[in-house]
Amino acid sequence: MSAILQWLDDRAGWSALREFLSHKTVPMHRYSVFYYLGGMTLFFFLVQVCTGVLLMLYYRPSADEAFESIEFLVTTVPFGWLVRSIHAWSANLMVFFAFLHLLSVYFLRSYRAPRELTWVIGVLVFFLVLAFGFSGYLLPWNQLSFFATKVGTDIAGVVPVVGEWILRFLRGGDRVSGATLSRFYGWHVAILPAITTVLLLAHLLLVQLKGMSVPASVEEESRRRPPMKFFPHFALRDLSGWIFALGVLAALAAMMPWELGEKADPFTPAYANIRPEWYYVFMFQTLKLVPGGEVLGIEYEAIPILLFGLAGLLLLLVPFLNRGRGRGWTIAGILGLAFVIVMTCWGYGTLIPLYIVFLTALLLALFAFITRAPEAR
Amino acid sequence: MEAFPVPERRRFINWFLGTTFGALTLSVLYPLVRFVSPPHIPEPSTAQIDAGAADDPAFREKGFKIVRFGADPVIVVRAAENDFRAFSATCTHLDCIVGFQKERNRIWCNCHGGAYDLTGRNVAGPPPRPLTPFKVNLVPKNGGASTIVVSKA
Repeated sequence: MSAILQWLDDRAGWSALREFLSHKTVPMHRYSVFYYLGGMTLFFFLVQVCTGVLLMLYYRPSADEAFESIEFLVTTVPFGWLVRSIHAWSANLMVFFAFLHLLSVYFLRSYRAPRELTWVIGVLVFFLVLAFGFSGYLLPWNQLSFFATKVGTDIAGVVPVVGEWILRFLRGGDRVSGATLSRFYGWHVAILPAITTVLLLAHLLLVQLKGMSVPASVEEESRRRPPMKFFPHFALRDLSGWIFALGVLAALAAMMPWELGEKADPFTPAYANIRPEWYYVFMFQTLKLVPGGEVLGIEYEAIPILLFGLAGLLLLLVPFLNRGRGRGWTIAGILGLAFVIVMTCWGYGTLIPLYIVFLTALLLALFAFITRAPEAR
Repeated sequence: MEAFPVPERRRFINWFLGTTFGALTLSVLYPLVRFVSPPHIPEPSTAQIDAGAADDPAFREKGFKIVRFGADPVIVVRAAENDFRAFSATCTHLDCIVGFQKERNRIWCNCHGGAYDLTGRNVAGPPPRPLTPFKVNLVPKNGGASTIVVSKA
């Protein structure tokens, strides 16, 4: 065995990697729990890759066959329902953890020099994750996905000047049809994964090169406490979290299998209480509140859409805009987050989103307690 | 000395974690293997089909035609006037679809050069077995050419 490893090492030189890993450490302070969020997002991404590849074995991307092929998958293929449900649940959890990861980095200002590029690439990956969600949503070709795509692509069409072109580019024509499905499938299984893989590798590489950021407020604490070795201590906690997440996924998929709904029909009205996925609900609710009308040749509904676009741009560029020590960006972030939470609650007409926020904070606190470093002697 | 020595703690934990990890791996692998094995979908069985009229121009031009027998292709060859033969069109060598060479009067597979005579017997090239024969009946039709009816032999 050791002879084989030696042979491989002589040719691939992977002992350098092991050497690097053995020296890698993670700073310890009261916010250390947030270092696990990126890894958790990565886990759900890997689950998406594996289950996505499996789904491709049975999925047929055409308006005539897409819905039927998934119906076949969940009713006839052994464990087809399980694979599909895990894919759907993991997608949602991936968005959720990517968002948490982004929030923690934003509020701890870990994007400060020299990590601006890590942040920019990370935000781009986050947008790609949302694009994955949007394109994957259409693929079952059910009523919900059909209307979500009509509305979502129509929103792009509201953008002044280039909107019309974007709309036709997204739909592969003037209306949402089989051509749109082919396009979205191509995006979902080839183009987006290719771009995401490259950006994700760059993101992970930069994290390794620059190490973990220590928030300014806990620099003193971090100097006092010895750092945790990545291997085995941090990796063990990472893996435990992943196994726990796998258990949660299996439980969710088994107890709350993802619904398939009814096949898309362009000639039936949208059903009552139709709503996009939860991570788009705040935008959906905002758009519902905007009345029809026009000012200076721009439709009212274009205004919030452009503002959301601007917010996305600011988020991307925040390391370059926020160089001072002021609290302005933190306050803006809290207001933005409050807006998202309030609008989501309003959109659902319930306080459950707020409870989920509290529950998440509680879980993070619990995980922080479980994964804490042993007290230094 | 004890018949069953008390295991060291490390050994116990190694066994415990090893079996747990093994169980986890199996519980992922089993659904995976089942998932990638396509389910068997029962096909409606076909006993006989109508293969068209005996004066189909295809017979005059090429001497044969391929018809659907359920989901499977069947080759119908005109050996002589009012003498039609039908065989499974799937080459027994490697699953290609055979055709008919009128000028050499043989059933021929383009993929690897397998040849069958008009009784379906493999006579040259790589095919290991004869083609499965089907039964052909000519059903006379009032005021027109007979209809070819192909059925399982």
